[in-house]
Amino acid sequence: MRLSAEEEASVQSARPRLELPFLYLDTLWLQVTGTICNIACRHCFISCGPKVDKHKMMSRKLCRESMRDAVRKGVREIWFTGGEPFLHEQILEILDDALALAPVGVLSNGMLITPELAEALGERFRTAPYNLEIRISLDGPDEESNDRIRGNGVFEATCRGIRNLAKAGVELIVAVSVLDDNEPDRERFMELLRELGVPRPRVKWIPVFRIGREAGRQRSYEPWEVLAAEDLAVEDAAVRLMCGTGRTVTSEGVFPCPILINEPAFRMGDSLEQARGSAPVDHPACSTCWQESFSCST
Amino acid sequence: MLDLGSFTKVALFGGTYNNWIALEATVADAKARGAQAIVFLGDAGGFGPHPNRTVERLRNLPIHSIQGNYDDSVGNSLEDCQCGYVDPRDNQFAQISYDYTLQNTHADHRRWLRALPTRGRLQVGDKKVLLCHGSPRRVNEFLWESTTPAGFIEHLCNTEDADLIACTHTGIHWERRLEDGRGVLNVGAIGRPPNDGQREVWYSMLELDRDRVRSTFVPVSYDWKRLAAEMDAEGLPAEFSATIRTGWWTTCLEILPGRERARGRF
Repeated sequence: MRLSAEEEASVQSARPRLELPFLYLDTLWLQVTGTICNIACRHCFISCGPKVDKHKMMSRKLCRESMRDAVRKGVREIWFTGGEPFLHEQILEILDDALALAPVGVLSNGMLITPELAEALGERFRTAPYNLEIRISLDGPDEESNDRIRGNGVFEATCRGIRNLAKAGVELIVAVSVLDDNEPDRERFMELLRELGVPRPRVKWIPVFRIGREAGRQRSYEPWEVLAAEDLAVEDAAVRLMCGTGRTVTSEGVFPCPILINEPAFRMGDSLEQARGSAPVDHPACSTCWQESFSCST
Repeated sequence: MLDLGSFTKVALFGGTYNNWIALEATVADAKARGAQAIVFLGDAGGFGPHPNRTVERLRNLPIHSIQGNYDDSVGNSLEDCQCGYVDPRDNQFAQISYDYTLQNTHADHRRWLRALPTRGRLQVGDKKVLLCHGSPRRVNEFLWESTTPAGFIEHLCNTEDADLIACTHTGIHWERRLEDGRGVLNVGAIGRPPNDGQREVWYSMLELDRDRVRSTFVPVSYDWKRLAAEMDAEGLPAEFSATIRTGWWTTCLEILPGRERARGRF
């Protein structure tokens, strides 16, 4: 018997989803500027840009409520991402709210980090109750290789931001996307960072997720690139995938991770409380996290 | 679960990292200060020379031991130390260190490491102390000072029914107490200095002080020149003995949070 397309869709939706048990809330992600960014990178997995407000900026009030709720649940760390977090007019106040509660990380392209902002971050890095990690995205060790992905003029502006941070004593990390199958030349990034005044450079590799704009740049996922139930039948599965110990809050609700916020089928509820159950992990992007043992946090 | 009973003064140390000379000095110091029990929170091997010398002392001196990730790896002859490094340079050095320790640890000592308990409990007065290696949740979870917030500590103490959680694994000692006196004590490591440019290593003393548990970090001086010379004679990387000679960590730095990293030289 051959099923109609409608019947096939009905069978698919009735099939139980592959899920990962939720261990505990270690990491809270706040999509503080939603999908609003000052640049539009060609590999962005959530297709952020200056006019993309699919996820809007979060209010300081919503950030505070989410953070307080997370602290009651024993959260270990709070990360801010977007979009570009430093586009938020109240970002320093929001970071202060967060640093009073837990260690904090910020993912940024660094372009908006002026000497004054770097000083403000340096002060917090030195004196806040907990650690402040500033992670700057840079996808090539030179203008040509970076700007073909991130846009014209980005390399220069990002390097300026890195220099400002280093001068202000912030122990920054640089995040580098692995754009093809070859790992980038680590030493060239280290050299660049030393030239920019970073005394103890750190880099983190980020795999590409073949969704959003990246799906059009190289390719989207193949149908077979999904996790199987037997993959997850190992003891450390819930620690290996960040959705086993983390949740992401955006203006539009709560999601398992920052990668899947544009996937309505992965929206877990309006509040962290509602998102305490198992996370669905049947998206092809989940297979990237699994294979790379990848976590968005450092 | 190792249950050690009740005391009024207890010495706790972690991470010997094959530093058998500092181990002897630490035990002598703790005894001289009147410790009623001495507890080791795991990671006997790695980094230093002659692994058997450390395990022999851990077994023969009056020490209670908890298993660390390194002990689990060496005890079960696993492929690596399970330290969780992500940086290729760190992994390279970690593997040199691990392969050396595994090859030079006697089979009987490996059996002993394999059988160690993974958690323990003791009491100081009526205060309950949970003993673990990394965290109560995972043997290789790092609890750093700058990344272990009060809300998380409260959550752990509630979950574990503990007044104090004693751990190691990071190699840097610190303590954070909640307003109600409960907290986390990272006892540090005696295998190498805590990346502070000094040559002393540190352990912790817990003592009953009226109805509170007071903790004190104790520096230990030892014959570091002898240890560094033995490391060189064994062909271990010069980067390792440089740490013993200078007090600055030279490898396995990527795991440090920014705040802790900024305090070091490298």
